[in-house]
Amino acid sequence: MTKISMLQNEIQKETETSLLGFWIYMMTDCIVFASLFAVFIVLRNNTAGGKAGSDLFSLSFILTETIILLTSSFTSGLALLAAQRSHLKQTVIWLCTTGLLGTSFLILELHEFTKLDHSGNSWRGSAFLSSYFTLVGTHGLHITIGLLWLFATLGYLYKKGLNEVSVRRITMFSIFWHFLDIVWIFIFSVVYLLGVI
Amino acid sequence: MIISLFSSTSVPSTDRLVLFFGQAMVVGAALLIALALVYFKKVGWLWKNWLTSLDHKKIGIMYLVVAGVMLLRGLADTVLLRFQQATSVGASQGIISSNHYQQIFTAHGTMMIFFVAMGLVFGIINLILPLQIGSRDVAFPLLNNLSFWMYAAGAILINLSLVFGGEFAATGWLAYPPLSELQFSPGVGVDYWIWSIQIAGIGTLLSGINFITTILTKRAPGMSMMKMPVFVWSVLAAMTLVAAAFPILTVTLVLLTLDRTIGTHFFTTAGGGNAMMYVNLIWAWGHPEVYILILPAFGIYSEIVATFSRKRLFGYTSMVYAILAITGLSFVVWLHHFFTMGAGANVNAFFGIMTMVIAIPTGLKVFNWLFTMYRGRINFASPMIWFIGFVITFSIGGAAGVMLGVPPIDFQLHNTLFLVAHFHTMIIGGALFGYFAGIAYWFPKVFGFKLDEKLGKIAAYLWIAGLICAFTPLYILGLMGATRRLDHYDASLGWQGLFIVAGVGVVIILAGVAVQFMMFYLAIKNRKKNLDTTGDPWNGRTLEWSTTSPAPVYNFAIIPTVSDRDEFFRRKQLGGILPRRKYAAIVMPNNSSFGFFMAGWALMFAFSVIWHYPPTMIVALLGVIGTFIVRTFDDTTTHIIPAAEIEAIENKRAGALV
Repeated sequence: MTKISMLQNEIQKETETSLLGFWIYMMTDCIVFASLFAVFIVLRNNTAGGKAGSDLFSLSFILTETIILLTSSFTSGLALLAAQRSHLKQTVIWLCTTGLLGTSFLILELHEFTKLDHSGNSWRGSAFLSSYFTLVGTHGLHITIGLLWLFATLGYLYKKGLNEVSVRRITMFSIFWHFLDIVWIFIFSVVYLLGVI
Repeated sequence: MIISLFSSTSVPSTDRLVLFFGQAMVVGAALLIALALVYFKKVGWLWKNWLTSLDHKKIGIMYLVVAGVMLLRGLADTVLLRFQQATSVGASQGIISSNHYQQIFTAHGTMMIFFVAMGLVFGIINLILPLQIGSRDVAFPLLNNLSFWMYAAGAILINLSLVFGGEFAATGWLAYPPLSELQFSPGVGVDYWIWSIQIAGIGTLLSGINFITTILTKRAPGMSMMKMPVFVWSVLAAMTLVAAAFPILTVTLVLLTLDRTIGTHFFTTAGGGNAMMYVNLIWAWGHPEVYILILPAFGIYSEIVATFSRKRLFGYTSMVYAILAITGLSFVVWLHHFFTMGAGANVNAFFGIMTMVIAIPTGLKVFNWLFTMYRGRINFASPMIWFIGFVITFSIGGAAGVMLGVPPIDFQLHNTLFLVAHFHTMIIGGALFGYFAGIAYWFPKVFGFKLDEKLGKIAAYLWIAGLICAFTPLYILGLMGATRRLDHYDASLGWQGLFIVAGVGVVIILAGVAVQFMMFYLAIKNRKKNLDTTGDPWNGRTLEWSTTSPAPVYNFAIIPTVSDRDEFFRRKQLGGILPRRKYAAIVMPNNSSFGFFMAGWALMFAFSVIWHYPPTMIVALLGVIGTFIVRTFDDTTTHIIPAAEIEAIENKRAGALV
């Protein structure tokens, strides 16, 4: 075997292991969220005389956030498909769209957080608010990390183009992004829908 | 000023002395090591050959070194605790104040579990697991190096607490709120506790992911799951527990951090917080954690008993299922740590029964080992001495554990020294003896020379005797009603004699430790005389013995094909160790400073949060992102060892065999 084909072979093997490892990592992250959900459910009625979810949340606003995030999940899937077909331009376009949607989601979430804070309902208010901010905030933190990752990937694509490594990274990013989407669905149902009912 | 070097207000004079010695020890040791490195011009060597190495064998050795240092730190605390309890009776107040005493037992527990036991577990797994499955390395060598550095950063942070701030948590090793909340523990002690185990814990989690992937994807061809050595099974089970339990620890610590730093109300007494939730969360991690410590030790015993009895392991399949049963059950018993905290009779009954059920697969394993020994040609080498000590002490501790699992008994014994005696006999007699047995067993494989057997046996006997002598009195004292974490008691209780006996036990253990260090020192000094040229000093059965001692950087020149559980033993019986074949070039990972810097940034971040200093916090975060991006763009992460070089190394080995 030539040197290059050897390294190529090694990278391919690496891709398989990396994907498995990444899935296992996703499961551990799932447990992080499971713990936070458990904490939220235990504390959701401990408002300590402050406001409850039904007084604070606007479902239409949350629905907007949700639609934006779901769309970004869809576009990240399109980016992956394009990458697998080696369409560099399409990949970049769809990744940029995903990044744009993700950023808008994040801005909306931060807007909601600041609005709550300004109306005197910060995380210091009650155990319910603490757990709300932490659960939703942890999701937001993941989104932030995902966006940083996305921009780093775009930088990599700009410099090195589409190769085995960049396709692998886009695959993992896509898994991560879909996972955040699923977590958001749970947040939407458990925190917001149940909170308003 | 945030840095209060050598100054702690409101500390009594004897405490200040102890504190001063602690600080002097940490600073002095760090300075000495740094000076020695510069003087002998070894900084570059250390950096290139060790600190940035991605070789699992070197990472394993570094784990063992850090764990060894932390063992000495933990033992120093033990001596203080035992001395206090033996002398602080009646009119005498002993040598340390209550507050300092609380810090010392907290530090003792934290260090022994997170930095000694965990360090030894991951050290041994790193050293042996890839060899046993016939692999060249773990699945993610870079991540492995990062895990080590996260662990080391945690260890550094816990020692920094002595120098900067001069206080540690006084809350017990699990820091229950509301005591650990800002309201009741306003100092930096609890923050040091949080962050040292948070950083180390994230490292552990990454290791868990790494080893699960390694076992699932890197096994030699032919090694089906049911042909894996039992040690590999035990690691797979333990790492599954790591992956499932450590995220809970991470979350719990984050929540406590938020309570302490930004004023949330998760576990506070005000604002609707729920302190019991912390207790539930921490034990939902904490109980699996004890199985994370013990399962690999079970695996080590399984390897040792088979090798030294010259027999196949008895009941392999039942062993595997027992491990899996323990893995599952370990998640449904956490509540037995707080039966007395008001869960109610039905809940307690469920968890009590589950706790007792765990004794069944565990007992099964003990019988399997004994049946392996039965009619074997037993070689009573030092690993076997550790094993026999384990069977005795573990059975005692296990029986005590089943007693504690009965809620009505637990109501009597909760928070007494009976409990302390129980978990020490389990963790020392079960887990630690296993690691020591493993180190004695695999030492020649790792370093290429043998340990002195006689000293090894003396150390084992001293440890076993010391353990029994130190903890039998505590069982009795616990039954008499002595509570744990006691720094003073009345003379009329008549407990002092037993406490003195316990102190004598610790002295015996210390003698055992001294013999162990002597053993390592002599082994290194006389290494030329005790070289292991065969690669198989014990007549081993599994693949790690089929390669040289120490194993070459690529472990196996030709990846073996496996057709038996005791593959290497089978080959030896067929005659001929490995057929000579044409060697092919091998791709290996390059060294990397990624892990070192990432853990450095993590340490900086933690330190900044502890002292509430945002600027360095931001720098550390940017550092993490920057380091990550730099690594992302690095395409030259592997190198090729050419076939000719491998042939030269292998021929040299073949020459040594003749």
